[in-house]
Parts: sequence; structure tokens; C-alpha cells
Amino acid sequence: MHFTINGRAYEADVDIRTSILDLCREHLGLTGAKKGCDHGQCGACTVLIDGRRVNSCLTLAVMHQDDEITTIEGLGQIGDPHPLQEAFVRHDGYQCGYCTPGQICSAVGMLDEVAKGWPSHVSEDLAAPLLDDGEISERMSGNLCRCAAYPNIVDAIREVAQAEPEGRTADEKDAAMIGEVLA
Amino acid sequence: MFGLGTTNSLTMDKPHPSSLLDTGVQGAISRPFDRVDGPKKVSGAATYAAEYEFDNLAYGFLVSARIGAGKVVSIDADAVRSLPGVIDVVWDFKRFIRVAGQGGETKAPTQGVQEIAFSGEIIAIVVAESYEAARDAALQLPVTYEAGQGVFDLAVNRDEAYTPPDLVTPGHFAQGDVDKAMAEAPVSIDVTYTTPSQNSAAMEPHASTAVWEEDGSLTLYGAYQMPTSDASQLAKSLGLSAKKVRIVSRYIGGGFGSKLGIAPESVAAAIAAKQVGRPVKAVMARQQVFEATVRRSNTEQRLRLAANADGRLAAIGQESYVSNQPGEDYFEPVGIGTHMLYAGENRLISHLQIPVNYVLSGSMRAPGEAVGMIGLECAMDELAERLGMDPVALRKLNDASIDPEKGVPFSSRSLTAALDEGARRFGWKERPVARRDGEWLVGMGMASAVRGNMLMESSAKVEIHPDGSATVSSAMTDIGTGSYTILAQIASEILGIPVARITLELGDTNAPPAAGSGGSWGAGSSGSAVYLACEMLKDKLAKAMDVEADALTLKDGMAIGANRSVSIGELAGEGLEATGHIKPGKQEKETTQASFGAHFAEVGVNMVTGEIRVRRMLGVFAAGRVLNAKTARSQCLGGMTFGIGAALTEELYHDTRNGKLVNHDLAEYHVPVNADVPQLEVHFLQERDIHANPIHAKGIGELGISGAAAAVANAVYNATGVRVREFPITLDKLLAGLPDMK
Repeated sequence: MHFTINGRAYEADVDIRTSILDLCREHLGLTGAKKGCDHGQCGACTVLIDGRRVNSCLTLAVMHQDDEITTIEGLGQIGDPHPLQEAFVRHDGYQCGYCTPGQICSAVGMLDEVAKGWPSHVSEDLAAPLLDDGEISERMSGNLCRCAAYPNIVDAIREVAQAEPEGRTADEKDAAMIGEVLA
Repeated sequence: MFGLGTTNSLTMDKPHPSSLLDTGVQGAISRPFDRVDGPKKVSGAATYAAEYEFDNLAYGFLVSARIGAGKVVSIDADAVRSLPGVIDVVWDFKRFIRVAGQGGETKAPTQGVQEIAFSGEIIAIVVAESYEAARDAALQLPVTYEAGQGVFDLAVNRDEAYTPPDLVTPGHFAQGDVDKAMAEAPVSIDVTYTTPSQNSAAMEPHASTAVWEEDGSLTLYGAYQMPTSDASQLAKSLGLSAKKVRIVSRYIGGGFGSKLGIAPESVAAAIAAKQVGRPVKAVMARQQVFEATVRRSNTEQRLRLAANADGRLAAIGQESYVSNQPGEDYFEPVGIGTHMLYAGENRLISHLQIPVNYVLSGSMRAPGEAVGMIGLECAMDELAERLGMDPVALRKLNDASIDPEKGVPFSSRSLTAALDEGARRFGWKERPVARRDGEWLVGMGMASAVRGNMLMESSAKVEIHPDGSATVSSAMTDIGTGSYTILAQIASEILGIPVARITLELGDTNAPPAAGSGGSWGAGSSGSAVYLACEMLKDKLAKAMDVEADALTLKDGMAIGANRSVSIGELAGEGLEATGHIKPGKQEKETTQASFGAHFAEVGVNMVTGEIRVRRMLGVFAAGRVLNAKTARSQCLGGMTFGIGAALTEELYHDTRNGKLVNHDLAEYHVPVNADVPQLEVHFLQERDIHANPIHAKGIGELGISGAAAAVANAVYNATGVRVREFPITLDKLLAGLPDMK
């Protein structure tokens, strides 16, 4: 089978039962996407397929030979990070890091959905939803984080998306914390 | 375990009033440094247990028992051996471990899997060329069982409950006469709270890749919190000498107690790898994580509080039922925090263990306090109401000046300060009796937080290289807690080497042994080991500079003393190294050590649906020196969120016909999601603990959960007037008591 992942062409001889997630992790050395549940319940495996966020454990590789697949490795890398990757580091939008690639891929897809005007369960105006903290939390609730970095994940996404109302920047948060812990 | 050469060793027999972290001038300690492992984690480059590549790797899929008690009669391996891609079906009724190991244990967990002690027990592993082939064959594998007698309903075995032997807390403790004090007190509370079984639900499933080396030694790439003792558990399970087992756990996708000891996939992968002569990777399916690792025990807690008319406690009783498999020593230490939280002369804190054929119970984040403080702190809320007292004032009145049972002083204790600071920041004074916001009832609640502090024997090696960079190595782990970062900060502060020039090598038993991550002891224990290594290195640098150590200033890679400034790399010559080694000592007996704090929560409860939303939540914490304000804050965010889950959604359902977990995945076991958690507020109080360790820091990873669920529950009561004593507080338990909407 042939695939296009992160702009690169791959050939792989895989079982037709192989999910996109297992294709990436077990056959192509792309272990950024994580397996948390293998049932589409946790979001750790989120990748972008033709720009849309997808639980890659729930879709078979054989179905996506003509699609553009983007994993966390394709968004940015050490030394050349995507703005969201940078913001997750600055805001401590993770702890163990296992759900993080999925959170970041999901956030990229989510911001595109908002840009297209797609409403969510909490949108007051279904025709023109505004991205506030409630919208970010609602739309990111398919990505579990047991370490519970949720407030920091919201901060990171809000800052990159320049959502209103503005929250504290990472620098402002750091400054407030320094005041508390240093005599 | 701790074979030591030239080492700077310290046993905490005496207070350690001075700390090089206070005299360092690098400005690294306490600051909110971004995690040093952050860029790897956000780019998918951090390597977790199942992500190491090996030639000729085979895939293992575990086979779960489908009865709740009895034995395996036969496994028809031939039925699946011929399936495409299947290499072998492997089982070893003697050596496979039946249950996970407990934290810190160095013996093998209970072995033997022909006997089925609970539904979901791992009995075999299918090995195949691909994951898909292994999974298919494992699900098809015919197994014949002989059903046996099991106890699947706690109510049935209640009379069999027994007082468990003392563990981290006494099984049974009595002081004075609680019955008498209850009878004589003008105001008393006698209520029973229950909490359900819970699962840690770390995002990374348990995983092991087993690789046998030519010399007969085993390397296991696993997701383990405590590699040093886990290697011992694994070696004993396999009948190997400890020297022959190496565990590598560089990145761990969360633990929360569930990865303290080895789990069944480790031994299965190792035995399978030996049998097929190839490296074998075994990753638990999420359902297997729920069914075959550990749960937090359900609890039933009878709380009795007796108070004088002024609110002073005369008696505290917390008598708990907990459960575990027959023959297992571990019991959920429900009363552990109750021993030290409040003064009060008459005390009864006891546990009764009910034997039951459920998945093993073990440690989950803040074993004891996480559930025990639900009972205690909700009962305190009930007492405050009966007394007509403010709940904050009641707690301050009963703040203990010395340990109320042992009579020794606390090493440091900032409970009252945390209560005051939290009340002020949260706007507690403005708490109305009840408030309406459209169809929402709004209320506020609070609770105290306490979590015992532990120091565990640990060591670490620090090297200074000729180029002025440094390496810190230890079998310590980082499970998301921030160990990589805080250990770099400690070394940086003492050695004057920038954090960016310090390399961390953790999570490998080839490095000096350490206690690992658990019980919130990681930072204090391994941080002290790094401290001691750096202290010795500073002495060596001073000697090379020919000045006294306290006349030597180390900053930004330079050593400054006696009017000279020399680069640290140059002073290090061909390189310097030292090992630091810390051990607990008399200080843990001469003082009672714990972290303290206070939680405040505001909830809205929908009058029509009973839906509960946490609107605001604030915690104030005092845990000695904060080593990194950013990662410490995140630890508290995580703990508080665990508290929200415990209060409102988390509950494992055991089928009372066969013990099977009914909700064994993340769709049915409800951990909090992003939309359940508002912008939580975390604040720290300035504190140093000179009795705890030379870095003056105490545990923080479990403080945030302790009391958090009670604060939410008390807010629900304040909003609705409905007191739910059966956790979690789901809307069905509120609906009947909610007022009509007018």
C-alpha cells in the first residue's frame, strides 16, 4: 500500500486490519501519535487527514491511500516547532506528555473548524461561533488528559488563536508564580 | 541495592537547617522553568515503553480469563497456531504473575495463573508477526475453565472482614474513649460515607518490551514508576538474580500509582521472548489495564465527631471497610490523614478488610487521604453546620499544634495560613446561604488538605565534564511530575552550571538506584541525592581552586573565589563525578511530616436536570520549598482535577455475579474532560522544611487531590441542601431533593 504522510510518500506492506495509528507507530517509525484506548475514547491518537482531525485508531490504513495525513511529526519538530507546540511548552500544557501529540493535532483541526464557522454544543450564535474559553474546552473535550493540564491547554490554545477575552500570557503567568515562590 | 563507593551519604537523623539552595546564586531553583523534556514531548520525539525499535520484534497480545473464580483446565493452542502470522501461544501457570506488584515491594507479586482469582486475570500471551494477528488469535483462543467459588458481592462477605496488619498506617488505632466522648458531647455527628472503586486511568496503557541478551540477562523497556524495586520484582518472578534484569523507563505516560509495581504484561513478555527467541512487545489493551492491574479500593467510612459547644473536637472516629483479594496484604489506608489533621483527645481510626474476588486493590494517587478526607472533611462540614460555625473557623480552631497521637512536633505545618489565604483569595466571607443564577443553584464549599511526607532511600550520580557541562543520572523516573526539570535545577543552582548545559539520564536501572516516583517522595528523595552529589562536587571544585567551599561562588559556568575567576570546566580537569545518597533517619520519628493546604470550590447545580458544574476552584498549598513553580502548579492542577472526578463522576462498577468490571474503558469510566474543569487557581505559601531533607521540599503530587473532592461535595450541599454521602455525587442522587423551580 502507498501513503502520503507529512508530505512524504511511504510504501508499506500491511495487514488490511491495520489502523492508521498502528501503521504509523508499528510500520513507519512515526510514534508521535499515541495509543491510549484503541477505541476512539481518549483522543491520544488524533492526526489530521486532509486537514480534519481524526481518531487514527478508528480508521483503517487501507482506506486512506489517497489522502494527505499529517501527524505531530509533520506539524513541527524540535528546533522548528509549530506555534501550538511552543505554546504547550511555555504554558505547561501537559505533564506526562502521552496525550500531548493528540491534543496539539486536535487543536490544529479544531481551530480550522472554528475558522470555517462550525458551531459547537456551547455556541451561542450557531451561525458565527466565537472562540472563548468555554468553546475551547468544549471542543477539546474529545482529548482526555489524566494529568489534567486542561487549564494550561486552554491557555496555550487561546494565546495562539488570539481568542477573546485575552488571558494571561505564559510570561505573565511565570511572573506571578515567581512572586509566590521566591522570597 | 545501594552498593556505594566514594559517595556523599546522609541519613536524616538531624534537622538540616542550611541548604546550598539558599546560598546558590545561579537563580535556577524554584523558578518556573519550562520542562527540559518539553520540546521532545510536544513533537512526538519522547520515547515511551512501546516505542523502541528492534529487529525481529514479535507482538504479544495478552489473554484474559473469562470467569471470575475457578481454574483453567486447558488451553487449545493448536486451534490458533495455524492462523496466519501466529508464532506461538505462551503460558506458564507457575511463573506468570496473577496480580500486579505493590509499590516498593521487592518480592515477586502473587504468582500462579491456573487458579483464577478474578475476572480478567492474565493467563497466556499469543505471539505473532503483527499486532493484528496476535490480537485476532488471542481473542479466538479456546480456553476451558472449571468454575469455582468466588465472592463477588461485598455485602456477602462483610462478616469475613478482618483487621489487616499495619502497613503505612495502623490497621487499628485507638486512643481514649470515643464512645464515651460521643455520649457526653453536646454536639456530635455520626454518619457513613461510601466511595467506589476507582482506576488511575493513566493515558499510556501498561506496556513492556522484553529483550534477552546473549549473556542470559533481560532488558525490559517498561512503563514503570519505580524501576529499582520493579527490577527486583521482575527478577524474582522469573527466577533470575537481580543483576540480570535491567528496566528502562525513560518516559512514562502517567502512573498515579498504577505503575508502581510490575504488571502482568512484563512477566508474560519476558517468558514469551525467551520461548520464541525474539524480542516481544506486549501492550495491554485499555480493558486489560482496568481488569488486570490495580484499582483503588471502594470504602465505607463511619465518621464520628464529638465537639464541645465552642467547636473544639473531643473525639474523632473513622472506622472503614475496604476490600482486596484474599491473601493480599495491601489495604486502602483510609485513615492515614485523619491521624494528624485535627487535634482531639479521643480517637478511633480503624480498617476492616473484606476479602473479595475483584481486581487487586493497590495505591492510586494519595492512597488513604484521597478517599479518607472525603469522609472526614464532609463530616466536618456537617459538624460546622450543626454547631452553627463557619467551616473555615471550625478547622482553624482544631488545627493541631503538635501531633495529636504521637506528641511530637510537626516539621512544618501551615494549615491555618492556607485556610486564611484561601478564604481571602476566594471571597469566602461573601458566601451566601444559597444563591440562584437562573435555573442554577450556586454554592461554595471548602476542605482542608493534608498529605503525609516521606523520604525514601535514593541515590544519584552527577558528573562535571571538561567542557563545563554536567550529567545527572539516577534510576529515578519522571512520570509527568517534572523530575527531569527539577533535578536539573537543583544541580544548576549548586554547581552554577546553566540548566541548558545539564543532561539528565533517568529511568534506567543501570544508573544509581533510587526510589522512583510514588507517594510524592520523588522530588524530596532524588532531589536530595542530587543535592548531596553536587555538594561533594562543590567541595572538589573548591579544592581545585584552593579555597574553602563556602568562599566559592559558582555561577554561569564560572568558579569565583579568592579574587580569581576560573571556568568550571577547566577546574574539572578530565572530569569530576560524585554520587549522592540519602536515607530516612530519626527525623521521621522525631517530627511528623506532612504537606498542608486548603481547597475552595464553587459549583452550580441545575434545578431541572441536577447537572453539577464546577464553576471555580482554588487551592492554597504549603509543601516546603517549591522547586519549580510551573511544574508544582501543574501537579496541583492535576490533583484537584482528580478530586473533581472523585466527587462527581469516577466509579468502577463490579458485576456482583462474577466480579467483572462492567465499565472497563475510558468511555464508561468517566475521568474529567476539559469541559468539566474551569480555570483552577493554585497558590503556594512560602515554607521551608528543615526536618524533611537538605532541599527543604516536601511532596506535592498528591496534596492537590487530598480534600479536593470534599470541597466540591460541600459546595454541592451548600447549593442544594442535599447531602449525598454515597460517592460519586451523580445527578440521580440529587434530583429528588432539589427544590421546585419557581
